[in-house]
Amino acid sequence: MTTTSSAEHPGPSAEHTRRDFLFIMTGAVAAAGVVAALVPEIAQMNPDASTIAAGAPIEVDLAPIAEGQVIKVFWRGKPIFIDHRSKKEIEEARKVDWHTLPDPQSDEARVKQGKDQWLVLIGICTHLGCIPLAHQGDYDGWFCPCHGSQYDTSGRIRRGPAPANLALPPYEFVSDTKIRIG
Amino acid sequence: MSGHSTYQPQSPFMKWLEARLPIGGLIHSSFIAYPTPRNLNYWWTFGGILSFMLGIQILTGVVLAMHYTPHVNFAFDSVERIMRDVNYGWLLRYLHSNGASMFFLAVYIHIARGMYYGSYKDPREVLWILGVIIFLLMIATGFMGYVLPWGQMSFWAATVITNLFSAIPLVGESVVTWLWGGYSVGNPTLNRFYSLHYLLPFVIAGVVVLHIWALHVAGQNNPAGIDAKSSKDTVAFTPYATIKDAFFLACFLVVFGWFVFYIPNYLGHPDNYIPANPSVTPTHIVPEWYYLPFYAILRAIPSKLGGVTMLLLSIVLLAFLPWLDTSKVRSATYRPLYRQFFWIFVAVVIGLGYLGSQPPEGGFVYAARILTAWYFIHLLIILPLSGFIETPKPLPASISEAVLREGLPIGASGPVPAQDRR
Repeated sequence: MTTTSSAEHPGPSAEHTRRDFLFIMTGAVAAAGVVAALVPEIAQMNPDASTIAAGAPIEVDLAPIAEGQVIKVFWRGKPIFIDHRSKKEIEEARKVDWHTLPDPQSDEARVKQGKDQWLVLIGICTHLGCIPLAHQGDYDGWFCPCHGSQYDTSGRIRRGPAPANLALPPYEFVSDTKIRIG
Repeated sequence: MSGHSTYQPQSPFMKWLEARLPIGGLIHSSFIAYPTPRNLNYWWTFGGILSFMLGIQILTGVVLAMHYTPHVNFAFDSVERIMRDVNYGWLLRYLHSNGASMFFLAVYIHIARGMYYGSYKDPREVLWILGVIIFLLMIATGFMGYVLPWGQMSFWAATVITNLFSAIPLVGESVVTWLWGGYSVGNPTLNRFYSLHYLLPFVIAGVVVLHIWALHVAGQNNPAGIDAKSSKDTVAFTPYATIKDAFFLACFLVVFGWFVFYIPNYLGHPDNYIPANPSVTPTHIVPEWYYLPFYAILRAIPSKLGGVTMLLLSIVLLAFLPWLDTSKVRSATYRPLYRQFFWIFVAVVIGLGYLGSQPPEGGFVYAARILTAWYFIHLLIILPLSGFIETPKPLPASISEAVLREGLPIGASGPVPAQDRR
């Protein structure tokens, strides 16, 4: 800190004076105060308690979903596809050598053990976020109308600009006919 | 004060910037090297405190606006959501509501300083008028902000204050309908108050820039009320005034923090935690404490148009203070007669504030009328007259003489030393 040019002060000295110490301490405490004051301002933009509560896990009853039917539910504002796959669809998914796919992943890794017919996916195209359309496209899976990405019966990307397979949400079976998503 | 900057940039970056946009020089000449009278007391720190509070209100207001919904069906609940769900929402809300109270507390002290030390006199008339404009903008902003939570007091304050405009002859009713955007205070009113409440603080900020500019042209007034004559009378703004401002700001923030953390609803009205009900008027409608003196003046006059006119005049007359006060002496330190009237005026305003909080019945009505009369007598009769009939104390030869004189504290109103007595 430089000193002012008043008549009483002899000029900046080589050693640190008490005034320097006080200036630095004041500045440090003020800086700490500013940081402390900014914490609430920035933290308030994080999801608030009611939004977090609204994002709690949901339970979905699978019994009404017929074989071959795909339903859409919402969790945390995102569309979730729940696909009751037919045997033909499961076979199509397992027939291909998954190592050659754009985003290699086996069909078994995308379903829960013993529940091969249930495919639960986040229905957001991994390209730029549109919702793909079910039972369309060359692979009997999903087709995204925005830029032409095509997914198969396991929700894996086969053709088009999307870089990754349709994502899996966290979910588990609470009974044979009910899942909890989240 | 407004001469060529003495700023000499040292770093290559500052040299480069200064040649293209001389903001370094501006800051240097306005807030670092700026010559400040050496006898300023703590009453002079409130300008800085006010600038800080404006910043706080804008900052907390903008983040509150991220969570508030300006619709009659959702406003009250959105404020409760802020209080309960939003991270630190309770803190931001209390900072903003108590911040408004602290903002007004500081502005009243700032105005009182101006009135005591004659800071409105030549050559600071425009500075003073800009201040009155800022005060009016603050009143409008605070009023609209109070409507936003849409509690009982919010709604009925909006109804009462907008109804004031119906006192205008001929066009009054149309003006009120225009303000409301409907046949009564409703959703259009709330929406537009939200928009204007967001806008006006930035208008205030603009006028504050003009206010500080006008100040820097004339230079600060000081407790002795005499001009700085040489560099012996002044010190550089930084570090002296900067540290003094920072210190008192810290003290002010302690008081602010006391309200926010220990008694955050003390200055508010419990009825505003009841959602607005257009069919039930609360038994006692009162504005927030900072509007109470003007509320008392409004209610003291029996006529509707008269009350509104006096309410407006009570503030607008302040703008004419530089011409109402005829004294050639600035500072009340040297005006023994005026000084007494000043403190009576302060007591009258506080008294009006108390009366504004009481129901307009019985003795309160008489008292309000007497005090209202005194308020205007002070401005229109006492101020002009005291300039003529008063014998001021002899002024010191210079600021440094007033300050550096042995044994006499700065700005003291004690007995004049022997060599100055006639």
